[in-house]
Amino acid sequence: MQGGAAGLAYRGRTASIGFAHGPLVRVDAGAGGERVAGTLVEEALALRKAIDLASGQIADLAASAGGEATQILEFQVALLEDEDLIEAIFASIGDGRPADVAWRSTLDGQIAEYNAAEDEYLQARSSDLADLRDRVVHILRGDAGEPLKIPSGGVVCADDLPPSRFLEIDWSGGGGLALLHGSPTSHVAMLARARGIPMVVQLGTIPDAGTTALLDGEGATLELDPSAEQVRIFEKRRESHRKSRASARAILRRPTASWRGEHIKLLINIQRVDDLDHADAQYADGIGLMRTEFLLAGRSELPDEETQFQAYDSVLRWAGQRPVTIRTFDAGGDKPVPGFTQDGEANPFLGVRGLRLCLARPEIFAVQLRALARAAVRGNLKVMFPMVTSADELEAGRKLFADIVQRLQADGIAAMLPELGIMVEVPAAALAVSSFKAAFFSIGSNDLAQYVLACDRSNGALAPLMDPLHPAVLELIARTAEHGRRAGISVSLCGDMAGDPRCLPALLNSGLRELSVNASALAQIKQTIDRLSSGGSVG
Amino acid sequence: MLDKADGQIFTGNVRLVHAVGMHARPAVKLTKLAKKFQAQISVRVAGAPEWINAKSVAKIMAMRAAHGSTIEIKASGSDAEAAVAALVDLVASDFPDGAG
Repeated sequence: MQGGAAGLAYRGRTASIGFAHGPLVRVDAGAGGERVAGTLVEEALALRKAIDLASGQIADLAASAGGEATQILEFQVALLEDEDLIEAIFASIGDGRPADVAWRSTLDGQIAEYNAAEDEYLQARSSDLADLRDRVVHILRGDAGEPLKIPSGGVVCADDLPPSRFLEIDWSGGGGLALLHGSPTSHVAMLARARGIPMVVQLGTIPDAGTTALLDGEGATLELDPSAEQVRIFEKRRESHRKSRASARAILRRPTASWRGEHIKLLINIQRVDDLDHADAQYADGIGLMRTEFLLAGRSELPDEETQFQAYDSVLRWAGQRPVTIRTFDAGGDKPVPGFTQDGEANPFLGVRGLRLCLARPEIFAVQLRALARAAVRGNLKVMFPMVTSADELEAGRKLFADIVQRLQADGIAAMLPELGIMVEVPAAALAVSSFKAAFFSIGSNDLAQYVLACDRSNGALAPLMDPLHPAVLELIARTAEHGRRAGISVSLCGDMAGDPRCLPALLNSGLRELSVNASALAQIKQTIDRLSSGGSVG
Repeated sequence: MLDKADGQIFTGNVRLVHAVGMHARPAVKLTKLAKKFQAQISVRVAGAPEWINAKSVAKIMAMRAAHGSTIEIKASGSDAEAAVAALVDLVASDFPDGAG
């Protein structure tokens, strides 16, 4: 197929994992024709009727879809019942605009507002508004809104796809969704994940050709008119994914991972509270690292004690009896925070960051410590300090913390000093690990490797040198684990290495028995440990 | 708090404990509940310049109330006191299913 799409591959972002091989089906937004406007009264009536009809259609869809989809569609119904929104449109008709123009321009205004929002969640909601906009416009123009005819197993390709159109498609024969724009946090992505439909977004532009497609939701690729060889490789990936997923899910539900007869604790890292919504999070043995920098982001001022307490408390409530390790603010380095971190450092990675910064700004640190001290009585809380170089720093942090607890208690506020540990990420701390009177250690392998190898981890030119399996890095990990074992102090590792199956044999062999990974990696890591334990390879 | 013209204005404050902030599901529940009352009800994130109609889901969403923020509620009208109490309860109890 010269000049066609034969063999071309496109890469986007994963929205839902899975594989689809089938006919390529293009879906256009459908500009539709113009309609002839009537009198003011007729236009107002036409809109009222269209809104009622749309409301009924959406309610029907919600009833047949169930689950997650119902909540998504309820939001659309609520928008149609939003008098502020609807009144503005009737006012616009009163000014002489045709119903479809008035409706569209008001909705477009809202959509633009959502799109301009900073958070991805609100941006993603704009596709719900677009969905609603198009449905009502179609009704006003008399288009029947014919349901999409998608051949079984088809790969649907569109600019973006509104949730209601997704629900009109019969996915029972499989299939997939390839969007040129779209977002992994959109409602349609949530629906695709709930249904197990592979989905790739942000593919950019693809040629207006192609009849068959291979969609790989894991690798986030779309291949058009594939060769026999491409199909063969794709089917192999699909098969190994299917097997691996089935056994990973089964292993995930087992109580504890073990390796050579020893329990391996698998904990999760969270960046923010809603990371706990991940379906696999419940299977974790606890939270090995809760980052707190999200509290500092996107605000005009630093978070107050109550805001922080609520965040910590909600995580502790989620965890129940399981341990929750919260790391104090790790700002500075590549994470500047206005009003907190220091400007103009020549070398911020070796500058005033982590615990160094917190000790330099005790008035900010004290607010976090107060919130943590209050949260400590609510669950199994441990607190760790990042970027610690010398034992004096840990003791200075402990003294501040202990004074705060004492003051809170003196004021009759429930508070206690939680177990205090440190991140092992500065080579000096790893080398002199026995000098720290810490209740636990957590190895931050990303920074540790960066400092030991003298490689900026964000510098792509150094990627070949930036090897976490370098013997020097492994040596420091092993020494830390060995110290923990002898002293009876728990040692975990919470960097990217823990979530990388290729690193697992080295980590287990170096004596680590606690790993903390992102919830999305939990199943795969548990499965890898299981394989290694039964003498297999990392797979 | 007494307003000279319209009779009494009732107010309340409540912290948004919902893990992901005022997203679609909580926003729909809040507006649905607000609509059960005759009272004029307004809300805002504490300290925000503008009060927002608690019965408008589009505006509640656009308010972008984050997890941990405080929501201020004020209402006037015959059932204003009950409206404020119900909304405070809904937010404080983290938008339970079946509410609203």
